[in-house]
Amino acid sequence: MGAALPARQREVAAALRAFLPARAVLFEEEDTRPYECDGLTAYRQLPMVVALPETEEQVRRILEVCSAMKVPVVPRGAGTGLSGGALPPGDGVLLSMAKFMRVLRVDPRNRVAVVQPGVRNAAISDVAAPFSLYYAPDPSSQIACTIGGNVSENSGGVHCLKYGLTVHNVLRVRGYTAAGEPLELGSEAPDAAGYDLLALAIGSEGMLLVVTEVTVKLLPKPQSARVIMASFADVERAGQAVADIIAAGIIPAGLEMMDRPATRAVEQFVGAGYDLDAAAILLCESDGTPEEVEDEIARMKAVLERSGATRMTVSRDEPERLRFWSGRKAAFPAMGRISPDYYCMDGTIPRKRLGEVLTFIGAMEKKYGLRCPNVFHAGDGNLHPLILFDANDADQLHRTEAFAAEVLEKCIAVGGTITGEHGVGVEKISQMCAQFGAGELELFQAVKRAFDPAALLNPGKAVPTLAHCGEYRSLRAGGRPAHSDLPRF
Amino acid sequence: MIEILQEKIRQAAERRAPLCLRGGGSKDFYGNAPRGEVLDTRGYAGIVAYEPTELVVTARCGTSLVELENALRENNQMLPFEPPHFGPAATLGGCVAAGLSGPRRASAGALRDFLLGAKLVDGRGNLLAFGGQVMKNVAGYDVSRLLAGSLGTLGLIAEASIKVLPRPPAEATLRLRMTEERALEALNQWAGEPLPVSATAWHDGDLSVRLSGAENALRAVARKLGGDDLPDAQAAGFWQGLREHADPFFAGAEPLWRIAVPPAAPALRVPGRQLIEWSGGLRWLKSDAAAEVVREAARRARGHATLFRAERRAGEAFSPLDPVAMRLHRSLKAAFDPAGILNPGRLYAEL
Repeated sequence: MGAALPARQREVAAALRAFLPARAVLFEEEDTRPYECDGLTAYRQLPMVVALPETEEQVRRILEVCSAMKVPVVPRGAGTGLSGGALPPGDGVLLSMAKFMRVLRVDPRNRVAVVQPGVRNAAISDVAAPFSLYYAPDPSSQIACTIGGNVSENSGGVHCLKYGLTVHNVLRVRGYTAAGEPLELGSEAPDAAGYDLLALAIGSEGMLLVVTEVTVKLLPKPQSARVIMASFADVERAGQAVADIIAAGIIPAGLEMMDRPATRAVEQFVGAGYDLDAAAILLCESDGTPEEVEDEIARMKAVLERSGATRMTVSRDEPERLRFWSGRKAAFPAMGRISPDYYCMDGTIPRKRLGEVLTFIGAMEKKYGLRCPNVFHAGDGNLHPLILFDANDADQLHRTEAFAAEVLEKCIAVGGTITGEHGVGVEKISQMCAQFGAGELELFQAVKRAFDPAALLNPGKAVPTLAHCGEYRSLRAGGRPAHSDLPRF
Repeated sequence: MIEILQEKIRQAAERRAPLCLRGGGSKDFYGNAPRGEVLDTRGYAGIVAYEPTELVVTARCGTSLVELENALRENNQMLPFEPPHFGPAATLGGCVAAGLSGPRRASAGALRDFLLGAKLVDGRGNLLAFGGQVMKNVAGYDVSRLLAGSLGTLGLIAEASIKVLPRPPAEATLRLRMTEERALEALNQWAGEPLPVSATAWHDGDLSVRLSGAENALRAVARKLGGDDLPDAQAAGFWQGLREHADPFFAGAEPLWRIAVPPAAPALRVPGRQLIEWSGGLRWLKSDAAAEVVREAARRARGHATLFRAERRAGEAFSPLDPVAMRLHRSLKAAFDPAGILNPGRLYAEL
């Protein structure tokens, strides 16, 4: 598409080169190719132009110029997103925030860090470590993903049940609207005045503002942490054990489940020491003072025992604890070793419906002839079924998409949501039509217009138009696509 | 019943007649003065769903906050943000609309942190649902959290789903004698350490520290922090008095200011009496000082000040917003309530 617009491309690149150095404005295909997709590689699009600003003033001017020229802008962090949220615009500017890599301030007294959006998630905890503080949300991609991307997606991780998501751990962001107006949302002081626009911005998938600075909350590093690895003879029993732990009044620091296909795939990849005979394993972590951990581990072991755990191992030291977690955190790459491609879903369900949903997924494996191991943030009901397929086989790709659509709609049907932490992006935009009615979608669009009346920031993502939903519903009903040429919001 | 509320809002929108959305009226004092015809939400009441193992309670706006908290207590759970009731008539809808959190906020989080989903009736009378009953949900903009603290200006909060937590197995309260400076120093030092501190309050040389957690852990920490143990009944009364503003500090005719600052901000030099909560992040001020003086002191500390309670009000209750933020507020208000009939002026005069 970029090649079809050479005149426009030259015009936009020239306008940006008027104030950006040549190396910060890319438009040759060999330079823009690395930006054609994010972590959801099934969707690709060459951006017309890539801009790599280094200062807030440059970001402001890029937005001003693009706004004046009516050019769409898509912000991007490390490109690890799993929903195509940073899929570039073929007729617009991909705004890479990769050069915003500075930690501006670590304030151990107020327990905050002020960082630029391109700082990696794990790097924040690294700079906080000398003060025995850390940044709690820990998505599995934390060594690569950036805080700017985390803010856009409201990223989670394996410790959310106790420590929350990005929205619970970010105090303030600074940035610009699509038109280049400066914006500061939230504050280091609690309960900023006015509407909670910070909550609206977090998880807005780059559609409301471009973030140029983030203030995160730092927490004291727990003195000690230990994890129990518990084996179960069937998945439902493991699910019941999760409910039993919570019924006992315990909020574990982490509570994760993996089924046998997942542990087997992972074990040959990292050697985490998982029980491969178990139909499912639970990882239950406790953290706090040594006294608290000792007390909680004992209580959790008693509950797990009563709930039918067939084997339990408690980490003896920090290396062993990290080894138990390494398998869980490497689950996605491990799938890449046993299958040419995998497609990760992100539905969240009420925990009590787990057995029903897993049985449904099992039936879908048979229906579509595709394998689907499961890893599961069991504590907060967030499922990550991973459909294994080969993208070079068009039929498999098609079956994968249909499989995923059925699972997401099942999640809605049991009272859950299509996405717990990965975002809607381009990937799940059709399922938004199943989750929300016309009234809610219209209000989302009104929220978008309040921030970005010209609809230039990350257009076509996260919120479908009503026309798109009409088309999707008639397709699902087996009818003919209508208005298939209408632009999405 | 919800249809009746929807219809009343629809009719008011047609007539462009302001409505004052009101539950028990326990927070009528909060924000700018209410105006418009009262739309009573108390008829739309009741717990819709509560399963303790899911850690979520869903209830209608008119549900009594006392009744809700009792239901949770029966299952050894709680609203972790300890919302103030400010009167026996308080409802869940008002609680969410006010967005206020109590003593446990600094350790557990604020009301908005626990709001998982909401149904609202917008200014056109449409019933809309956002968020849900699950812990993690990033589908669509987070409209539910936007409603926390919106004082009913965006819609009638018809139903809310809130994450709940188990009650701590044990609690203990310590009392230490400290100057304000020394207390701010100690509080922020402790907040940076992994200690089970769940609430703090300093006033007039007395620092009270509540610990929550496993019994054996509390004993170890209490030894480390020092001070005197407050007997359980006295401690419970103290924290309750703080949460509900029944503590003698809050008595007196002077206006009450709520000043929020970064927790390690130095002692604020403003005339009047102060009580400090949230490890330094919240400074209550009883003072006759002019609004500009209080707001300037808050601003210099990188915070903001709310005129929380006053017998006579002049000017806005909340700190002013910058022009870009105010424009966004106006656009959002127009999106949710195009006729401008829902609690007009309650949050800011121009909304």
